[in-house]
Amino acid sequence: MPPVKELEKKAKRIRRLIIKMLEKAGSGHPGGSLSSADILTCLYFAVMRHKPENPRWPQRDRFQMSKGHCCPLWYAVLTEAGYFPKKELWTLRNLGSILQGHPDWRTPGVDVASGSLGQGLSVAIGMVLAGRLDKLPYRVYCLLGDGEIQEGQIWEAAMAAAHYRCDNLCAILDYNGYQIDGRVKDIMNVEPLRDKWQAFGWHTINIDGHDIAQILAAFEQAKAVKDKPTIIIAKTIKGKGVSFMENVVDFHGRAPTQEEAKKALEELS
Amino acid sequence: MSEMLYARDAYGQALIELGGKNKEIVALDADLSGSTRTAGFGKKFPRRFFDFGVAEQNMMGVAAGLASCGKIPFVSTFAIFGSGRAWDQVRNTICYNKFNVKIVVTHAGITVGPDGSSHQAIGDIALMRAIANMTIIVPCDAPETKEAICACAEYQGPVYVRLGRPKVPTLAKKDKFKIGRARILREGKDISIIACGMMLKQALDAAEVLEKEGLSARVVNMHTIRPLDKKAILECARLTKRIVTCEEHLLSGGLGSAVASVLVENIPTPVAMIGIRDRFGQSGSPEDLIKEYHLSTDDVLQACRRLL
Repeated sequence: MPPVKELEKKAKRIRRLIIKMLEKAGSGHPGGSLSSADILTCLYFAVMRHKPENPRWPQRDRFQMSKGHCCPLWYAVLTEAGYFPKKELWTLRNLGSILQGHPDWRTPGVDVASGSLGQGLSVAIGMVLAGRLDKLPYRVYCLLGDGEIQEGQIWEAAMAAAHYRCDNLCAILDYNGYQIDGRVKDIMNVEPLRDKWQAFGWHTINIDGHDIAQILAAFEQAKAVKDKPTIIIAKTIKGKGVSFMENVVDFHGRAPTQEEAKKALEELS
Repeated sequence: MSEMLYARDAYGQALIELGGKNKEIVALDADLSGSTRTAGFGKKFPRRFFDFGVAEQNMMGVAAGLASCGKIPFVSTFAIFGSGRAWDQVRNTICYNKFNVKIVVTHAGITVGPDGSSHQAIGDIALMRAIANMTIIVPCDAPETKEAICACAEYQGPVYVRLGRPKVPTLAKKDKFKIGRARILREGKDISIIACGMMLKQALDAAEVLEKEGLSARVVNMHTIRPLDKKAILECARLTKRIVTCEEHLLSGGLGSAVASVLVENIPTPVAMIGIRDRFGQSGSPEDLIKEYHLSTDDVLQACRRLL
């Protein structure tokens, strides 16, 4: 496993790529991409078994980004891992690009499209059940947003994952506290989160979603859990790493201007 | 009288047969496995059967996940839920990915009967036609249901198969079932009746009556709504110059409108449409509802006479 310092550096590189590609695209979602950057960096560079040169390797661990609007992060991670050439990043959201505004099958490394919120956890359960039938020991990871879990389907899936004892399923909640219309607790409170997920039969782990050591430890702990799925409730900061984006709801779904991008990249250098 | 059978029984039997041949086939249901007949598969192959309780949206998402790993999920519930309740999941997570998911719904149409409007899917074909990549099949009887289920297991991609609740008569057919190829059930030269599902019976009965009057009606079983057999439709236009369409569905977005679009763009032809006109359903016996919603043999006859 790469040392924590190296993963921190990697996460910073990925944040820089997010800023650059969004500035070029002129639209997209920086806030949630930046808040879950440390989590996804750990997953792809320290936790998951996968082969960028063979994206469909049957034994690979699966990742489903249920909060599809944060795909700039996913694209940055995939290109860093070697799934496709970096130059593709500068085509984000353009006609004919392999990098759509929300994730889909055009992108090497993306198994299932997302974008309409609340559906990824169900998809992840399907991957778990298929692996069980095929006797493949892969694990399935699913990134959820805190606004996203207001969708009813998430709770249908939460029930089903526990019912089918999906212990190789690990969801990660990017708990940055903001959604488009404002603070999650003001728009539609989702607390008490730990109690809710536990009541639905899940093992819960609460961490600081920007502390690499805590993230790695949480994934290790999740691997050891038997007979129930795990959710890592990761407290994060929306827009993390760029001072003027942090906790600013406007940057949920607005790309930085050229000026803002320049400033952001200076902070991330 | 031809044999009366449940199409959904044929589905359940076909599913078990297919399950024995192909271990990639799995079945999913949402607390209706007795009614949809997936329960038999569940009994025979318990490891490959998953009940998700009353939660259709999750079920569709799980089906997508299974398909992403190479499984062939057959997903069943009532038509009203499989098309409407989980439409976004079917669109964005199944069809957009072109996943190999077979959505086989039962209790479609007005002939659900006494359960009333909340359970009568009369717009489901329109809903599915609004999604690219989706193949739509409406078998007319039990044997055709079995053929359709076997064909869609071979086909790679999402399919919506629409079955009804009541028993339906078995109709005589000569050629083999093929997705996207209409079956001619009766030749004729004065008018064509293009129908799907349980409406084929009314179409054939109307043709019998017309024959006694010295008129010959061509009856076409348009079991596949997408991909639509354009060739067969245009052949009808050339041969008979008049077309009646029949469906147990709203006229908005169903078989009739699909057929009319093909005709208008190619060979403008007088068309009369039998179907439900901008109404909700209601409780009643299937027989009473067929009369109330103008889906009877008499209604088909009147439509033919308007054109002849």
